[in-house]
Amino acid sequence: MAAAFNEMREVDGRVRPVYAGLDRWLSDLAPDVLEHRRREAEFLFRRIGITFAVYGEAESTERLIPFDVLPRIISSSEWATLRAGLEQRVKALNLYIKDVYGRREILRAGIVPEDLVFQNPVFRPEMNGLRVPHDIYVHIAGIDIVRVDADTFYVLEDNARTPSGVSYMLENREIMMRLFPELFSRHRVAPVENYPDELLATLKSVAPKTASSDPTVALLTPGIYNSAYYEHSFLADRLGIELVEGRDVIVKGQIAYMRTTEGLKRIDVIYRRIDDDFLDPLAFRPDSALGVPGLMAVYQAGNLTLANAVGTGIADDKAVYSYMPEIVKFYLGEESILKNVPTWRCREPEHLSYVLDHLDDLVIKEVHGSGGYGMLIGPKADKATIAAFRAKLKSNPKNFIAQPTLALSTCPTCVEEGVAPRHVDLRPFVLCGRDKIRIVPGGLTRVALKRDSLVVNSSQGGGTKDTWVLDV
Amino acid sequence: MLSRTADNLYWLARYVERAEYLARILEATLRLTALPVAYVGSTNEWETAVATAGCCEAFSARYSEANEENVTDFLAFSADNPSSIRNCIEIARQNARAVRTALTTETWETINGAWLELKRFGNGVATREEFLRFLQWVQETSLRFDGSAYRTMLRNDVYWFSRLGLYIERADNTARILDVKYHMLLPDDEHVGGPLDYYQWAAILRTVSALTAYHWVYRESLKPWLIADLLILNAQMPRSLASCYENLVRFCDAIATAYGRQGPSQRHARAIRTRLQNSRMQEIFQSGLHEFIEEFVTDNNALGAAVSSQYLI
Repeated sequence: MAAAFNEMREVDGRVRPVYAGLDRWLSDLAPDVLEHRRREAEFLFRRIGITFAVYGEAESTERLIPFDVLPRIISSSEWATLRAGLEQRVKALNLYIKDVYGRREILRAGIVPEDLVFQNPVFRPEMNGLRVPHDIYVHIAGIDIVRVDADTFYVLEDNARTPSGVSYMLENREIMMRLFPELFSRHRVAPVENYPDELLATLKSVAPKTASSDPTVALLTPGIYNSAYYEHSFLADRLGIELVEGRDVIVKGQIAYMRTTEGLKRIDVIYRRIDDDFLDPLAFRPDSALGVPGLMAVYQAGNLTLANAVGTGIADDKAVYSYMPEIVKFYLGEESILKNVPTWRCREPEHLSYVLDHLDDLVIKEVHGSGGYGMLIGPKADKATIAAFRAKLKSNPKNFIAQPTLALSTCPTCVEEGVAPRHVDLRPFVLCGRDKIRIVPGGLTRVALKRDSLVVNSSQGGGTKDTWVLDV
Repeated sequence: MLSRTADNLYWLARYVERAEYLARILEATLRLTALPVAYVGSTNEWETAVATAGCCEAFSARYSEANEENVTDFLAFSADNPSSIRNCIEIARQNARAVRTALTTETWETINGAWLELKRFGNGVATREEFLRFLQWVQETSLRFDGSAYRTMLRNDVYWFSRLGLYIERADNTARILDVKYHMLLPDDEHVGGPLDYYQWAAILRTVSALTAYHWVYRESLKPWLIADLLILNAQMPRSLASCYENLVRFCDAIATAYGRQGPSQRHARAIRTRLQNSRMQEIFQSGLHEFIEEFVTDNNALGAAVSSQYLI
C-alpha cells in the first residue's frame, strides 16, 4: 500500500497553498483552545439533539457522531472538476434506471449482464414500463468519493436510494461558525446553507402533472426510532414541509392525503426516507407497519412523485458500480470524469482467480452490503478469516467484488496526541430536478478517528468534519 | 398542521405542567411534615400528597402505607408510576422529539436539556437538600419551557395547541387540589382561624404558587372562603379555574378563526367559562363545593375529549 496522500502537506512537509491559512491560524493558537472548542462543540451537538441511533444497542439508543473541529479543505478548481464529474455521474444513473425499467437497451447491447439486474433483490418488477414524473428516478444522490493523490478522486460508492448525512454537513458548518468566528474572518468559504432551499426547489420541480401549481411536499420518515430521525426532522424543519409517518397518510381514490387539524390535505411529492420494502404493505412487505397502504397505486396512477423513485437500488449496487464507466459512455457518449476504484468482479472467472490469489492484498465486499459490514480487509485480516472468506467467495463468487486497499488521503485532525493526519472520504449531495442539477459546494467529510484506520462509517467509530471549498 | 403533531404538542405541554404540579405538591408536603404535629394535625400528609397527585390506586397497589421515602420515590422518580416527575419529563421529551420541527430551538433545548439533566439525578436523591434542589429544578424547567414558548413561538396553531394542553392540565390540577382539600375550605365556624388549618391553607396556596398573590389580592389573613374564591373564580390568579378558562376560550377561538370553522371544542369551552363567570362563591358553598368541583373536573375532561376528536385524531 502506497503512502497516503496528505491533503495539508507535501511530502517534504511544506504546507499546500489551500491549507496555508489554516496552518497559520493553528500555529498562532494558544494551547488548549482546540480541546476547549472540541468540548464546546460536543456540548452543542448534544444540546441541539444531533444524535443518531445505533441498531442493537438498547442501552444508549442516542449517540453523538464525533465531530472534528478542524475543517477539511478542497480548492475551488478541484471542486469544479468534482462537480462536473458528479453531474455527469448522476445523469448517467438516471438514464440507466429509466432504461432498465423501460427499453433495456443497455442489457440488449450486452454491456451490463442481465442477471445482475433481474436477480438483484432490489430490482422492482412493479416499475417495469412505468414512466415516473419527468423521467427522474434519483433526485437526491450521495456519491462517496475518496482521494488517493493530487489529481485522482475515485468514486467509492453511489448512494441512489435514501442517502443520509446532509444534516451533519449543515450543522457542522453552523457549529464551526459559532466556535471559530476568527477563522472564518480569515477565509472566504463557499456557503452550504442554501441546501434546504435547493432541495425544496428540486422536489417542487418534479411534482406530477396532476398537482397544483404550488405542489405540497412532505417528508416520510419511519419514525423516531430510525437512526436518521434527527436528520428527517431537521430537514423537514428547514424545508418548511410536514414530517409525516405512515399513519399520517391515507390513500383515497388514488390520491395520497395527510391527516391535518383542518382535515385531509393532498400530497403531491413525498421525499421518502423509508426503504422500498416498507413503503407500502400492499405492494411490498405485508408486515410493514411503517408505510402507507395503497401508496404504490397512487404512484402508478401518476398522482404522486416519490423521491427517490422506487427501485433505484439497481443503480447503486456494488456489482453495478464496476460497470459505471461503461454506463456513462453508453448513455452520454463521454468518458467518465470521475474514476472508479479499480474493481475485480468475482463473477468473472479471470477476475476471481486473480482475487483468490491476492486475498491478503485486497478488500473484498459483498455486492449488496453497506455501512462497512460484511467486508474483508485482506492486509488486516488473520489467516482464519481469510480462509473463511475464501470459502464464501468460491461458493458464491457473484456476491462479491474486490478492490485494492486504497491509501485514502489524510487531513489534520484533533486527536488525543494533538493534531495528526487521519484518513477521510467525502460525500457530496447531488440534487437532480426537472430544470437542472444542483450541488452545494463540498459535502460531508467523514474521518476515521483511529490511527491508521480506513473505516469512516459512523457506526464503526468514524467522525465528521466541516468541508470547505476555497479559492486559492 | 398534522393531527399527530397537534397531539404531540398538546401532550408535551400537559406533561411539563404536570411535572411542575407534582414538584409543588412535594415541596408543600415537605414543609408541612417539618412542622410539629400540634400545628398540622395528625393526618398523614404523605397520603394526602398521593391523593392530590391523583394516583391513589396506582400507589396502594404497590405500597401498604404512605411515608416520605416511598411517596417521594413514587411521585418523583419511579419508573413504574406513569405520572412520576421522571416519566412526565420522559414523555414530554418523547413528544417534543416527535415534533422537533414544530418547536423553536429554545423550546426544544429546554426540554431536551431537562431530559439530559434528569439523568444526573439518577434514580433518586440521597438527601433532603438535594431533593429540594431537584424540585426547584423541575419548577424552573417548567418556567423555562413556558417562557421560551411565550417568547419565541409563532402565534399560530402550533402555539395554540400547546397552550390548550397546558391550560386543560392546569385547570385539572387546581381542581384536584381543591377536591382533596375542600373540607378544609368549608366555612365552618369551629375550625376557622385555628392554627391547625392555617398551615394547611398555606400549603394549598403554595402548591399553586399563590401564597403571595393571596395577600396582594385580599390584603387579609388566610380565610378559607377567600382561598376558594381565589382558586376558582378570580380571573387575575393565573392558576384559577376562571383564568384557565379565559385562556382556553381565547386559544380555542384563535384556532377556530384561523381554520374558519367553529366546533364542539369552542362551544364547550365557552359554556364552562360562562358558568364560572356567573357563579358566586356563596352559591357554590350553598349548593356544595365538592359537587361543584366534581362537575368541573368532568366538564374539563370533556373539553379535552372534544379537542382530541375535533383536531388531534
